[in-house]
Amino acid sequence: MSDTAEPRPKAYWSRIVDAIARHRALAVLVVLLIFPFVLPYEALASNIVIFGLFALGFNLVFGYTGVLSFGHAAFFGVGAYGTGIAIVHLGLPWWVAMLIGVLAAGVTAMIMGALAIRTRGIYFAMVTLALAQCVYYIVYQMKGWSGGENGLNGVIVGQIDLGFASIDLLDPMQKYFFTLTFVALAIFIFSRILASGFGAVLEAVRENEDRARACGYDVRLTKWLAFVISGLFCGLAGALNAIHLSVVPIEILHYHMSGQVVMMALLGGMGTFFGPFAGAIVFLLLEDVVTTMTTHWQLILGLVFMACVLFFPRGVWGSVLQWVRR
Amino acid sequence: MSHDTPILAVRGATMRFGGFTALSNVTADFPVGELTAIIGPNGAGKSTLFNILSGAFPPTEGEVLFNGTNVAGKRQHHFARMGISKSFQITNVFPELSVQENVRVAVQAMTRRFDLWTPRSRYREMIDRAVELLRVVGLENHRGRLASELAHGEQRSLEIAMAMACEPKVLLLDEPTAGMSPEETVGVIDVILTLAKSCTIILVEHKMKLVMDISDQILVLHHGEFLAKGAPHEIRANDEVKRVYLGEGRK
Ligand SMILES: Nc1ncnc2c1ncn2[C@@H]1O[C@H](COP(=O)(O)OP(=O)(O)OP(=O)(O)O)[C@@H](O)[C@H]1O
Ligand SMILES: [Mg+2]
Repeated sequence: MSDTAEPRPKAYWSRIVDAIARHRALAVLVVLLIFPFVLPYEALASNIVIFGLFALGFNLVFGYTGVLSFGHAAFFGVGAYGTGIAIVHLGLPWWVAMLIGVLAAGVTAMIMGALAIRTRGIYFAMVTLALAQCVYYIVYQMKGWSGGENGLNGVIVGQIDLGFASIDLLDPMQKYFFTLTFVALAIFIFSRILASGFGAVLEAVRENEDRARACGYDVRLTKWLAFVISGLFCGLAGALNAIHLSVVPIEILHYHMSGQVVMMALLGGMGTFFGPFAGAIVFLLLEDVVTTMTTHWQLILGLVFMACVLFFPRGVWGSVLQWVRR
Repeated sequence: MSHDTPILAVRGATMRFGGFTALSNVTADFPVGELTAIIGPNGAGKSTLFNILSGAFPPTEGEVLFNGTNVAGKRQHHFARMGISKSFQITNVFPELSVQENVRVAVQAMTRRFDLWTPRSRYREMIDRAVELLRVVGLENHRGRLASELAHGEQRSLEIAMAMACEPKVLLLDEPTAGMSPEETVGVIDVILTLAKSCTIILVEHKMKLVMDISDQILVLHHGEFLAKGAPHEIRANDEVKRVYLGEGRK
């Protein structure tokens, strides 16, 4: 190839992007560290990292394995309810509660995955949607535990004592960094999984299922495992959301939530590492700005979304990558 | 297991798609170390037989024997792991992965299918093996390119390298030279003859002269039915084969 001879203005950006890609987990972290200082208020920053993590987990099946799930609200929601119920009804310490939330989401993903994995394409999306609706109604009906349509209130973790220091979760800035600690850990693990041998198998399945099968991979089992891992990450996002909001609204399990995470991944760029975070930032900032201007914010958001899909089919980050690498 | 048990065989294999019978009661042996060619007009059922032999789907009726054991009905990934590997009639690679990664992933399928933690860049042995296989098919200088950027003939060669990744005992090649230039075809034939020294090969091929030159035995299918089987000179002399196939080819 011949692009070494003449210096191009883009080469500079290309090198920066390559450097970012090489240290991708670190790069996200740097951005997230300065985040609460540049955004209008810290709660928005917390919201963005939580939804960024949700979209990141979702992207493991959507962008990397090539499977569209329309039921990821279930994992986000079960993670949140699991944590909330453990704190409110069982009075367990916050970290045990989070663990319960994440594991509950994982178990939900195991079951949903096992039922849905035999179908492909749009059928998979429909089956996951239907199963997630089942989860919604089950939780809705368990009013004693979940609070039904009022949601679960009083998920309050005030003070966390670490022995050498204590964190006050009622302070928005401290809460942000508490949340970010978990998100950062998750990003590191996620990045490691993508780079692993299993990450390569996922890409192979996305690229060509038939070929992957002929190579000797059990495609169904691979997809199922990806689904479960994805569920765990989304469950963690849900657990953090419960603690962040101090309540678990029933809407967290609604299929709108499943749609929202698809939109975030598409907006940011599916199958790219930074895409989900970029998508969460764009989506939530837009929502934040537009809701103050008009009650028809969903309409505006829909239009922006459509414009993005039509003109930037690779999403925000995907388009940046395409631009510098061309 | 007796010495002359064929490494792969089908017994009374029938394949129906809905009401249509694509393959009807075919029985054939594929002896160890031999190169068998399957020929027959379009729609004869060659690819269908390949799909049954490689486990893509089980036959509606009949058995697939690997070293004398019935393996029909096992899921496809087991076939590759047992050592039955195939290349597709229609080029079937991982388009957005690099050429090297295509082969490396195929190599990985034998050992590290669920390794969630080790970075793939540390799989030194797999990478070396992938490069070696690419050298065999003459693609070592294209390692870094995307598979989708390769020319058609190069993609066909890449398929062969991928099929070789599992160190197969039986290699099924479905029209490996389809759409290739005469020069490329010569190159691929060389590769196939090299591979034939270390494994049993079953080949679907339309280029008659080539089939006659390189095969140990030829199996002729027609409308899903077994028509004839034998050494190249026997097939050439078979009247029925001449009528339905060789004659047609000359038109
Ligand atoms: N999945 C399928 N569903 C329905 N019919 C099929 C299917 N696969 C193959 N067939 C039919 O079975 C017959 C045999 O097909 P097959 O692909 O085995 O032929 P072939 O000998 O490989 O032909 P070609 O030389 O064109 O590759 C054809 O008539 C084909 O249309
Ligand atoms: Mg065919």
